[in-house]
Amino acid sequence: MAMKGYKLPGEVPWNDLELGAIVTEPGSSVFKKTGDWRTERPVVDRAKCIKCGLCWLHCPDAAVTPLDNGYFEPDLFHCKGCGICAAICPKAAITMNEEVEK
Amino acid sequence: MSKRVVLEASHAVAEAVKMADVDLIAAYPITPQTHIPERLAEMVAEGDLDAAYVPVESEHSAMSAVLGAAAVGARSFTTTAGQGLELMHEALYIASSHRYPIVMAVCNRTLSAPINIWCDHSDVMACRDVGWIQVFCQNNQEAFDMTLWAFRVAEDPKVMFPTMVHLDGFILSHVTEPLVLPDPKDAAAFIPRYDYRLALRPETPTSHGCFGPPDIYFEVKYAQELALRESRSVIDQGWKELGEAFGRHYQAVETYKAEGATTLLVTMGSLGETAKMVVDAKRAKGEAVGHLNLRLWRPFPFADFRKAVKGVKTLVVVDRCLSFGGPGGPLVSELKSALFDLDDRPKVVSFVAGVGGREVDDAAFEYMIDRGQELAKTGTDCLYEPLQIRGLATGTGVRG
Amino acid sequence: MAGDFVKVGKYQIDAREYLAPGHTFCTGCGEALAIRLVCKALGENTIIAMATGCDEVCTSPLPVTSWRLPWLHTLFENTGAEMSGVEAGIKAMMRKGKMPEREIKFVAMGGDGGTSDIGLQSLSGAFERGHDFLYVCWDNEAYMNTGIQRSSATPYGASTTTAPAGKLSIGQSTQKKNLVEIFAAHGIPYAATACPSYPFDLMNKVKKGVEVKGPAYIHVHTVCPTGWRTPSRDTIAVGKLAVETGVFPLYEIENGRYRLNVDAPKLKPVEQYLKAQGRFRHLSPDEIGKIQERVNLEYARLKEKVAHFPAA
Repeated sequence: MAMKGYKLPGEVPWNDLELGAIVTEPGSSVFKKTGDWRTERPVVDRAKCIKCGLCWLHCPDAAVTPLDNGYFEPDLFHCKGCGICAAICPKAAITMNEEVEK
Repeated sequence: MSKRVVLEASHAVAEAVKMADVDLIAAYPITPQTHIPERLAEMVAEGDLDAAYVPVESEHSAMSAVLGAAAVGARSFTTTAGQGLELMHEALYIASSHRYPIVMAVCNRTLSAPINIWCDHSDVMACRDVGWIQVFCQNNQEAFDMTLWAFRVAEDPKVMFPTMVHLDGFILSHVTEPLVLPDPKDAAAFIPRYDYRLALRPETPTSHGCFGPPDIYFEVKYAQELALRESRSVIDQGWKELGEAFGRHYQAVETYKAEGATTLLVTMGSLGETAKMVVDAKRAKGEAVGHLNLRLWRPFPFADFRKAVKGVKTLVVVDRCLSFGGPGGPLVSELKSALFDLDDRPKVVSFVAGVGGREVDDAAFEYMIDRGQELAKTGTDCLYEPLQIRGLATGTGVRG
Repeated sequence: MAGDFVKVGKYQIDAREYLAPGHTFCTGCGEALAIRLVCKALGENTIIAMATGCDEVCTSPLPVTSWRLPWLHTLFENTGAEMSGVEAGIKAMMRKGKMPEREIKFVAMGGDGGTSDIGLQSLSGAFERGHDFLYVCWDNEAYMNTGIQRSSATPYGASTTTAPAGKLSIGQSTQKKNLVEIFAAHGIPYAATACPSYPFDLMNKVKKGVEVKGPAYIHVHTVCPTGWRTPSRDTIAVGKLAVETGVFPLYEIENGRYRLNVDAPKLKPVEQYLKAQGRFRHLSPDEIGKIQERVNLEYARLKEKVAHFPAA
């Protein structure tokens, strides 16, 4: 019961809905690969990065992952390629490269 | 100790709300509902009722505030009438779709224009499809009992639907008559403790009110529709428990002197009281006339209604509002649809009376019974007959 | 994965993402960033009530949700009233011993449409009644979610789909409602403007807003690349220009007294802000001049208020 594990609206049978169609799994949108949206991807030059954290702070999609070593890594599963991180980086350590078909 | 008191029906409703120990009241004043929020505000101000009293700035906000309170698991109540019920219309659907057990008393008032503060059922009929449990009261005792019962039923985990308690504006809401109040301890025991499993809490971050595209919307609605119909068992159980606790017995469909009746007068709300007086008079003259009080309006009690009219030749149905350009009175159209598939069904004659607060006295009922029986014999190509329109010859019907 | 906090400059920012990725805000959305930052400032002991709008549609697609905080959405115009019930309901239950007493932050959120137009009444009522909550308005200056239609927060001269620029029209022909002043006039203890281009200022104001006893209002300027026709990477830069040109000054009104948070000896010309956005591209130099005059006037008025009624 209660809509656990479903991702898409077309998957849910009527008798497995939670009361009031309330969603009980917080943050369950993470399955959605919004990375498919982008036409450019951020590429980080670690040599220039000063670990200031501004890229992480300014990402509308929380698609920058803080690492234990203090650096930050783009989360390409979710990154929509807006380019804000590249624009905000004080050291121009991030460039937006065009996505190419594999 | 239960006690016999004399109270205005509005105040009886307020007493039930107090005994139910609501947590939050949000209401906007509109005649003829005002005595209910006023009495509740007084109770809160005097410390007789420990509840948040939120004097909202519109009826839409009244329903919105109780939606918010219900979402966090607070027992909430509101009340309105006429225009106010219409103003909160979109929010009514939310209450049902979210399955919040809000209780609302509606002092039925007609709809503008022209502006008219008096009673009819047009406010109710505009809300047929919103997905609430809806019951009608005939007198002050019922106004108290149905309000208390509403909390018991609405909050049941097998129900979780908002519930409307209808009382005729002025005609019932402002009438003072005796009733029996239960001991507050017994009233409190009648309603179990309310623990909303999905209440908004930081520890359990649920999302209420998500976006439902075509792929999922119908499933959500179907689940809601089935659940509303299935709430019947708890609705009846609630009345059964009320009968056991307080000795007053209620049902979805109640008949009066219907044994052997060939004609049944059908009403909702306070018209039932006058109707029963006229039935007594008819029976005293040896006429086989009875009365049917439709107490439960939603979910509509199809089976009970069909059972109650089995063997009856004529139903004389009194609607208390119009449905412009529609199938005659809203009540009679639903009754007809309930009967349509039966091989053996009574003739149904439709009257519309009491619109805009106009009185329906015993003479009017006598006329409707006699005229109804006549029309049942002769047949009619009219959808319904409106009562006592000045300038309109008596007996003139409205054709479809 | 780092710990509970991420150090950015001198600040330790909550590392938790209360708005999970996988939401469907447009690429580079200023509102999405603002929500993310606001939630970091709030933390987990928060209940959110939200109006219909971009914020709601992009974060709650059945059967999943982006929210990691308790979240309620009912209708478009009733967030103030809905939050009144949430706040008063919880407080009543705590007082009556029906739930344990603890600190919970009550935060209502809505767009400019749901705040300035259809939601104005219910928010006014909630402020007048003095409920203890913070209301945050995401102002992207039009009904963006439904296709860029004008609102009473659309600025003069902007082209929208229902007030488009044309031979007979400059686009929006009226001036933006000043919601901060309107709500401050309700006598609420705290009202402020903010912008995600100034993230620490925004987060500090959110903290202040929830700490204050009684109602608080924060008006957030959220750049909308889709509706404003700006490149998605310029969201932060355009927001900065709004502040640096004086179009959207950052200030606070604390109990009727004013504080200007960011000032400059000389403001940048508004033309820089306007030229960065496609929604203003039809404006002639004369019209831009009119806008500049108006910005000068309003900024001067604000500075006078700051001078005469300074906050502590």
